[in-house]
Amino acid sequence: MPASPETIDLDVLRYRPEQDEGPVWQRFAVPYASDMSVLQALQHIKDEQDGSLTFRWSCRMAICGSCGMMVNGRPALACQTFLRDMLPGPVRVEPLAHFPIERDLVVNADDFIRKLESIKPYLIPKSPRSLADGEYLQTPQQLAQFEQYSSCINCMLCYSACPQYGLDDAFTGPGVLALLHRYNADSRDGGRAARMEILNAEEGVWSCTAVGYCSEVCPKHVDPANAVNQNKLNSAMDYFLRFVSPRGASR
Amino acid sequence: MEVIKADVAIVGAGGGGLRAAIAVAERDPQLSIVLVSKVYPMRSHTVAAEGGAAAVTQAHDSLDAHFHDTVAGGDWLCDQDVVEYFVAHSHEEMVQMEHWGCPWNRKADGHVNVRAFGGMKIERTWFAADKSGFHMLHTLFQTSIKYPSIRRLDEHFCVDLVVDEGRVQGVVAIEIATGEFRLVQAKAVIIATGGAGRVFRENTNGGIVTGDGMALAYRHGVPLRDMEFVQYHPTCMPGTGLLFTEACRGEGGFLLNKHGYRYLQDYGLGPADPSPRNKAMELGPRDRLSQAYWHEKREGRTIAGPHGDVVHLDLRHLGEEKLRERLPQICELAVQYLGVDPARQPIPVLPAVHYTMGGIVANGRTAAPLPGLYSVGECSSVGIHGANRLGSNSLTELLVFGKVAGEEAAAYAKTVPHGSAAAVAALADDARGHALAPLAREDGNERTSTLRREMAQSMEDGCGIYRTAAAMQATCDKLAELKERSRRVRLDDRSKGWNTDWLLAIELGYQLDVAQAIVHSALQRCESRGSHQRLDDYEARDDANFLKHSLAYCTGTGAPRIDYGPVTITSSPPGKRAYGAAGEQAEAERLIQQEAIDARVA
Repeated sequence: MPASPETIDLDVLRYRPEQDEGPVWQRFAVPYASDMSVLQALQHIKDEQDGSLTFRWSCRMAICGSCGMMVNGRPALACQTFLRDMLPGPVRVEPLAHFPIERDLVVNADDFIRKLESIKPYLIPKSPRSLADGEYLQTPQQLAQFEQYSSCINCMLCYSACPQYGLDDAFTGPGVLALLHRYNADSRDGGRAARMEILNAEEGVWSCTAVGYCSEVCPKHVDPANAVNQNKLNSAMDYFLRFVSPRGASR
Repeated sequence: MEVIKADVAIVGAGGGGLRAAIAVAERDPQLSIVLVSKVYPMRSHTVAAEGGAAAVTQAHDSLDAHFHDTVAGGDWLCDQDVVEYFVAHSHEEMVQMEHWGCPWNRKADGHVNVRAFGGMKIERTWFAADKSGFHMLHTLFQTSIKYPSIRRLDEHFCVDLVVDEGRVQGVVAIEIATGEFRLVQAKAVIIATGGAGRVFRENTNGGIVTGDGMALAYRHGVPLRDMEFVQYHPTCMPGTGLLFTEACRGEGGFLLNKHGYRYLQDYGLGPADPSPRNKAMELGPRDRLSQAYWHEKREGRTIAGPHGDVVHLDLRHLGEEKLRERLPQICELAVQYLGVDPARQPIPVLPAVHYTMGGIVANGRTAAPLPGLYSVGECSSVGIHGANRLGSNSLTELLVFGKVAGEEAAAYAKTVPHGSAAAVAALADDARGHALAPLAREDGNERTSTLRREMAQSMEDGCGIYRTAAAMQATCDKLAELKERSRRVRLDDRSKGWNTDWLLAIELGYQLDVAQAIVHSALQRCESRGSHQRLDDYEARDDANFLKHSLAYCTGTGAPRIDYGPVTITSSPPGKRAYGAAGEQAEAERLIQQEAIDARVA
């Protein structure tokens, strides 16, 4: 095995709108350690070299979803991407693709948040229940129907991976469609009809061209591509059944 | 400065802030709510909680048992009336979360499942794999979207509370993306900003956990209570401090020293049953387990590693299938970050700072002594954790007291008008001026990151698992020096928008205030209790002199003044805190005494 290098270079795409006319690359050398993440390398730069370097981060353990960025051209969480896998460098770090850059590695998430809020991402009970009635019964099999889709950390990597979203940001997109499917697939939920309107619109599932890269980059194995495709089936069913049942097939 | 009027302002949109916001909205949809958070709500640190949330659930469990576990676990520094309320309202809050969609783990019959947790006599911890906090936070955030009266100010950094005419009247915040200031003029304010673990070097906390709300309340004269009690979690990742949940042990994991020996049996936690019985061995409380590590290290029985001495968390005997179902995140963390497969190798672990038991003083209804101010969650000291929190009580706390805070703030907001707009705006302008000061400074020569690192190292050196007066005094001196130097920070970044260099400097100010409250409270508590353990002639609990809450008051720029307040005892007089077989013996004696008292009363 070759000896570990003393340092490794990071090429970071900088953009400071108050001083830069457009994005520019800047190279930083950081001390190398085999257990060091790209996030730790960025923290090192900010602490020791240039306090103006700007990026979002918090938990350091791939659960808060803050530190999504492009690493060597691929959407990734900086905290769980390790320098040892990028040798010999340089490591190319850019803001998440398909989103407007606010500054350096920070992108504007407004569109994603607005979409998330639009799809009624909460339980709409099939049969309302009072607290005194206790919990809904739900078997492990019923839980398994949606559990995977509830694991989305809203890191937006899948939006950076999605070619369709890159072409047209009217597309609802993989993460939010997976979340929609999470509630539709929950045995306690009766809100499918209300969500179908969003789903059946052109920007819903039908925009997806089934590339599947979204699932490949998902750090939590949510498999949004699978959720989108299941929704295509549901959406098609709904479309046809609306002719025989005036309120659709959503019950 | 833009002014937004609201009935209730909430700072912090983690579990506590979101639960409070929903409570206000449900109590009265006419009340306007502004929820201010320096990150998007789902980034809040609640997200990182793993193990679960406690509530008495099984037929053979009782509120009395949960009460006694909590009070003894807190080494009798809990306010027992508040613990009574807490245990009585825990279950309904867990059911409420279930009704909102939280994907709790289920038994085959469809009922919610519970798991064992440290210091808990009976299994009562509701869980969603090992991502319970993540699922609770996302459930609360997504549910909050239902309520039109909740207006969010995401990525807004709070720089001050506005206090006028003896009551809190709003908050001042910076929109991070633009650097613009906003005044939220409110009739009531709820602080829900989480803990302050980042003041220590090795910690489990996210970068955002910097004690902001604690410092803001403290600067306005509200004391911070019981700040000396800082929890070390015994099983964390060397180097990063990332957490391996207590549920690893709840599911049956072992802790081994370098001889492969389950050393906890040597610290009054035995017997070493093949699968740990509740409240024994690996299911003892966190303070005792972290202390046992410290002794093992001193005796040379830990294992040297690149990031310090470790012990082994052994999960191999649980089997791959159970690990995948119950502890999937733990397995991923171990594989990705350490290259260790828990099904085949033990995980190297060591203790790291995890939780601040103390916080903004709050009565049992979450109210601060400053009218209109409420607090909930880790930033708050409502009185249930005492000198050591039991795992899985804090997630439940967010719900039970988040609801209380929301309802209390809503009720209060209806009784008062908005104050003078001119007076409030003038105070907000002052706050803006203070916040902008570091940006304008040209003659500084200090880096925020250097001061932060020195602070964190000094806190670890002086306020760790075991403490001495000399080491604590050294940390007090160091913090005073750092505070002085922090007035000479020079920023690399002078931009308005997304200037995190500037915000980190403001956060360092919060951290130094909280750090001072911690170490000065610790220095003056001349006893050992729960997570506060001394090696210098104060090695025993001293109920005669210290069965009382510490209260740290801000005195301006100098050291805090430490005062004390009473602990509320209702039914559990201070007793012997014991675990394992000794704990079972003590528990039996307590029950006999209780029966005798009951018989006399009858």
